[in-house]
Amino acid sequence: MKVWTLHLALLAVLFTAQFWLSPYHATNLARIMVLAVFAMGYNLAFGYTGLLSLGHALLLAAGMYAAGLPAQLCGWSAGPAFIAGIAGGGLAAAALGLLALRTAGVSFMIVTLMFAQAGFLTLLYFAPITGGDDGFAVAAASRTLFGFDLSTDSPRFLAALAIFATGLLASLALVRSPFGRTMVAMRENEERSRMLGYNTFTVKLAALTISGLYAGAAGAAYAILFGYVGASFATIQYSILPMLYVLMGGAGTTLGPFLGALLMFVLIEAATGVTTAHQFIVGAALVALILFAPKGLLGTVRDRWVRWLP
Amino acid sequence: MAALIEPPLVRTDRLTLHFGGIKAVDGVDFTLRPGEIHGLIGPNGAGKTTFVSLLSGRRMAQSGTILLAGEDITRLPAHERVRKGIAYTFQITSIFPRLTVFDNVALAVQSQGTRDLTTRTRAALARVGLQGLEAQEAQTLSYGHQRLLELAMGLALKPRLLILDEPTQGLAASEIERFKTLVRSLVPATTVLLIEHNMEVVMDLATRITVLTFGRVLATGTPAEVRANPAVQEAYLGA
Repeated sequence: MKVWTLHLALLAVLFTAQFWLSPYHATNLARIMVLAVFAMGYNLAFGYTGLLSLGHALLLAAGMYAAGLPAQLCGWSAGPAFIAGIAGGGLAAAALGLLALRTAGVSFMIVTLMFAQAGFLTLLYFAPITGGDDGFAVAAASRTLFGFDLSTDSPRFLAALAIFATGLLASLALVRSPFGRTMVAMRENEERSRMLGYNTFTVKLAALTISGLYAGAAGAAYAILFGYVGASFATIQYSILPMLYVLMGGAGTTLGPFLGALLMFVLIEAATGVTTAHQFIVGAALVALILFAPKGLLGTVRDRWVRWLP
Repeated sequence: MAALIEPPLVRTDRLTLHFGGIKAVDGVDFTLRPGEIHGLIGPNGAGKTTFVSLLSGRRMAQSGTILLAGEDITRLPAHERVRKGIAYTFQITSIFPRLTVFDNVALAVQSQGTRDLTTRTRAALARVGLQGLEAQEAQTLSYGHQRLLELAMGLALKPRLLILDEPTQGLAASEIERFKTLVRSLVPATTVLLIEHNMEVVMDLATRITVLTFGRVLATGTPAEVRANPAVQEAYLGA
């Protein structure tokens, strides 16, 4: 009960944020919520199932292009484009999993990294269609939903919040379900799980596919809400980012990805204002985190104080 | 003579697994009758654990066949054998150390379906005497309790065949008594295959015993027959 209350309270606070934040910061918060959806998906694979992927940029880009290309080429509106993006992320994840889940551990990291790089190069190769590094802007006509213009502040914020809320509550329900327990079993002791009758391959494939649905939703949301699609979202940087968010907020906690995305965003903003060497400050923060809170912020909070935190 | 007419629960035919030059399991013919407690003994390195790994599917046989109630399961992956009713408890305790006691057993229960999850989980825990420890993290349990948790996970699978690999290793004398009572209460609904070094426990519990040496069956029979067998005395019991 208090678990759901905590999550709903966070959503309520985020809802009110549009009234007390400046439009500039509200737009940033919308961006953070979209990135947090990506990180929540990463957390389901990495934090809960123990799948350390270095290829999630592929899934983000799959969602982004699966939404952006039909919008660009066929003039799809925001609703169908968004659904296509979710499906694109899920399909890409399933295909990636079918191949990469034959490996585990370090090999899995390398294989996922390799596929993501292949995906990035493919986007560059088909630059006439994908726009390559430059990308393309999503037409205004494809950025309306039920008559609301998603390129304007308020509808954009609310759309981002709706997607974030759905993702958050779905991930909470998932990790508290029997399947959530099975995902954790993969992380904790795969051999034992096998001897309890679980087909560990299909469990991991399902978890990775769900993770891909989140990445696809985030990619599609980014394309539609911020109006830009480009191959830069398929670079390794976007595979590392969700990992950093999750590590900072707390792997295997439902609220960790959002907290990590928020803090990292704020940290980079603040550091950029102080010095051109902002990467240095971010790096120092991460080193401090690993030294003093290796389980991330919420992981540490859960261990020390709030045992019931999901 | 009903026992002879009844089809065996498990039958292996010339089951073989060699590791390079080491014949870990070397043409083992073995029969398990439904409802018995069958002891598997032999010196260290006789191939006992490898043999039950072949039964449970943790390893695949190089040749030979395994029949479960007449059905050929030689090539089935481990998780499907579990679903067909073969449960294996690990020699070296293999639990989910960072999960709660409840979650450990619930994982076994829910692999059979999620109806009445809580009730069935609590029942399995009560059966081994771990009720009241549900919320505790499994790694904080004493070693004896971890062995019992392992057993509860096996029982929660509602197996037809329960393979216990060195279950009393590291248990106190009082815990062993409790364990023996528990195992006796399982048959005949569940058939038990017991690898055990503690001769007192095997001789006391088992209705039949198979002796392995160098990956081969040296003898099979009742505890009394096995004890009287000169070859066994020479090879193993050390007379």
